[in-house]
Amino acid sequence: MAKHPLIDLRPSPYIHSPLTVEKIMRNVVYALLPLVVFSVWQFGISALALIIVTTLACLGTESLFCRLSGKANTLKDYSATITGLLLAMTLPPGFPLWMGAVAGFVAIAMGKTLFGGIGFNVFNPALVGRAFVQAAFPVAITTWTPALAPNRFVEFIPSTLALPFMKPAATAEWSAHIVDGFSGATPLALMKFQGIMTDSQSLFLGLTEGSTGETSALLILLCGFYLMWRKMLDWRIPASVIFGTAATAAVFYFYDPSHYPSPAFMIFSGGLMFGAVFMASDMVASPVTPLGIFIFGLLVGFLTVIIRLFGGLTEAVMYAILFGNAATPLIERYTQPSIYGARKKEDS
Amino acid sequence: MGLLDFFIRKTFPHGIHPPEYKSITQHKKTLRLPFPERVILPLAQHIGAPAIPIVHKGQYVVRGEVIAEPAENALSVPIHASVSGSVREIDLMPGPKGSKVMSIVIDTDPSSPQIPVSGEYQDYTRMTPEQIINEVKQTGLVGLGGAGFPSYAKMLLPKDRSIHTIIVNGCECEPFLTTDHRIMLEKVDDLIRGIQIAMKAVSAERSIIGIEDNKLEVLEAISPRLPADGRIQVEAVETKYPQGAEKMLVKSLLGVEIPSRGLPSEIGLAVFNVATLAEMGRLLPNRQGLVERIITVTGDDLAKPGNYVVPVGTPLQDILDQADFTGQEAEIILGGPMMGLPVASLETPVTKSTGGVLILDQHAYKPKDILPCIKCSLCLQACPINLNPSELGLLADKRRYDVMEEQYHLNDCFECGACSYVCPSNIPLVQYFKIAKTLNRERHIQNG
Repeated sequence: MAKHPLIDLRPSPYIHSPLTVEKIMRNVVYALLPLVVFSVWQFGISALALIIVTTLACLGTESLFCRLSGKANTLKDYSATITGLLLAMTLPPGFPLWMGAVAGFVAIAMGKTLFGGIGFNVFNPALVGRAFVQAAFPVAITTWTPALAPNRFVEFIPSTLALPFMKPAATAEWSAHIVDGFSGATPLALMKFQGIMTDSQSLFLGLTEGSTGETSALLILLCGFYLMWRKMLDWRIPASVIFGTAATAAVFYFYDPSHYPSPAFMIFSGGLMFGAVFMASDMVASPVTPLGIFIFGLLVGFLTVIIRLFGGLTEAVMYAILFGNAATPLIERYTQPSIYGARKKEDS
Repeated sequence: MGLLDFFIRKTFPHGIHPPEYKSITQHKKTLRLPFPERVILPLAQHIGAPAIPIVHKGQYVVRGEVIAEPAENALSVPIHASVSGSVREIDLMPGPKGSKVMSIVIDTDPSSPQIPVSGEYQDYTRMTPEQIINEVKQTGLVGLGGAGFPSYAKMLLPKDRSIHTIIVNGCECEPFLTTDHRIMLEKVDDLIRGIQIAMKAVSAERSIIGIEDNKLEVLEAISPRLPADGRIQVEAVETKYPQGAEKMLVKSLLGVEIPSRGLPSEIGLAVFNVATLAEMGRLLPNRQGLVERIITVTGDDLAKPGNYVVPVGTPLQDILDQADFTGQEAEIILGGPMMGLPVASLETPVTKSTGGVLILDQHAYKPKDILPCIKCSLCLQACPINLNPSELGLLADKRRYDVMEEQYHLNDCFECGACSYVCPSNIPLVQYFKIAKTLNRERHIQNG
């Protein structure tokens, strides 16, 4: 028997939940993998190349800035990997790779490290990257190519391999050649500019044109449920974003169903489902207070519908979430939880 | 437990579900350990003013004799000799909170039969509330659940307050500890008598024993032995940490909240731990003082973990020897793994409010790097008081201790540690809050 053991000293608590940041982030990556596979199946090697490029750009940028600032390398927390994957999912599948690299660099450099790295970003970094290329390359980011093209596993979409600072090859002719009568318009663009509604079922399954990983609402939901089941995704954010979208869309729909799209169309089209499950739920840039979370979600949903219906663009979800991110400190300020046993003003 | 019970089981919002680790000792009957060679009795084993020694070095004292009297006109209780023997010294000795505290050290007389002194039998049913409260004070009893608040003081009420219900806390929500579990199985008569004494002292109409539903055998053992008048009930509450915090238990059982930074008596309640009331039921009729208590000795590297009766003041070294500690290196904790105190010296004694001695080696959580807060809000979902630990932690980082107190209710935190337990960034939130509170107190003193 050791008469005088070495005593370790540490304050309480002495036990800890097994959940760590690294574990949460790793599982978000796992949850994104089915979407990656689906998008590659849908759009072929161009999508794969784009995903690889944006992810490597994010990892490289994170690494570079860690080295420049003399801090420990933070690649192992998987957050830069997530940003890279999220970014690729929101870009058109034929997006030129060099622009993807620019988006990845901006996402990490201006969306994350500029604010102090993980935990300090005001906005979702992936959306900062996307917003930058939206402004810088307005044509490329609204050029859509057909899903399920027959030669998608052997041939790149012509625009993918564009050289830096060169005009990307036009894809309209290429697309028309592959799919007869391809319009190059996403369901949202069809709705907005031509008044044509895509049926909810194909939107739900995701067999439509659109951004690389945003098309299948069903798959996104399944991945989301996995994270919620592991308690790594706060269900309240997607739920309130979807509710906010549906409620706002419903008001317009019931006002004039012939002119405005149905709530189901609004929920299942564009980046809404992806934004609700994976983008708005970025923990760092969304509120922590219970009431604040719902207000944030409803705000994002509301803004999405308003921008889609009355804005000049179809990329409503991105701007709605960025706006929601910006409003987060304000929302938190006014939604601090009421504590146990709080006294009314007069008796304290 | 039926399906219906599952849906309507009594509980409070938030909290956490750490592993219980109670199976190590929960089925072990309470045993008495041999008397230690020496006991160390700090003069302040309770919240309030330290007791004042009335013995001198070399004096022979008998087990159960008063050796320090309560400070006058203050919140204070007497200290009794926990062994018969001679006073070795009255000096600064290692205390449970880390710093040295003034203590009376007694060398045990090996030839003494160690029978505690007792007074003439008194029947509490014929005593007035004032007499009962005074006698409770003479027993030296304090909250044995860990807080150490003098028990008599809970029964002394300002004129404008009265107590209708006594809440008996049998939750024992700290992982590892099984002291209260064993008391509720083995000392039912003492416990019920103690509850009746407390009810009489404050003229309470009824009493509810709250037990976590991981101890349903206790519920079954107690229920048939409750008095027929129905004034004492027993209720199961959800097994969840920190169910045993009085604020949480009151919310679970009655659905009401103790006002912020107030006492349960503000809403007509008094909360006692089962161990405290069982001792009250045993000591008061015989006019005895508190000289021993039951502790759980558990954790890693122990050949003989168990629930043991030890004299108050027993040094940890004796307890580790008796439980056959075999390790080379460990964390030694007074209390449970969530709120327990770390000890640096094996000379540290078990005091009145020590519920357990926990040894952590393999089970110990190895501290990892502290990462930035990612605002996952898990701490907000864990905090039983509904604070915003995330924001408090960020403020502590910036040393905005004043803002923490004025705008974010720092002083409502009772340091249960649930936020630190869940934090995926390993931020020692509750430690930050303890530091902030201490610095705020110092600042307030400096500012007058």
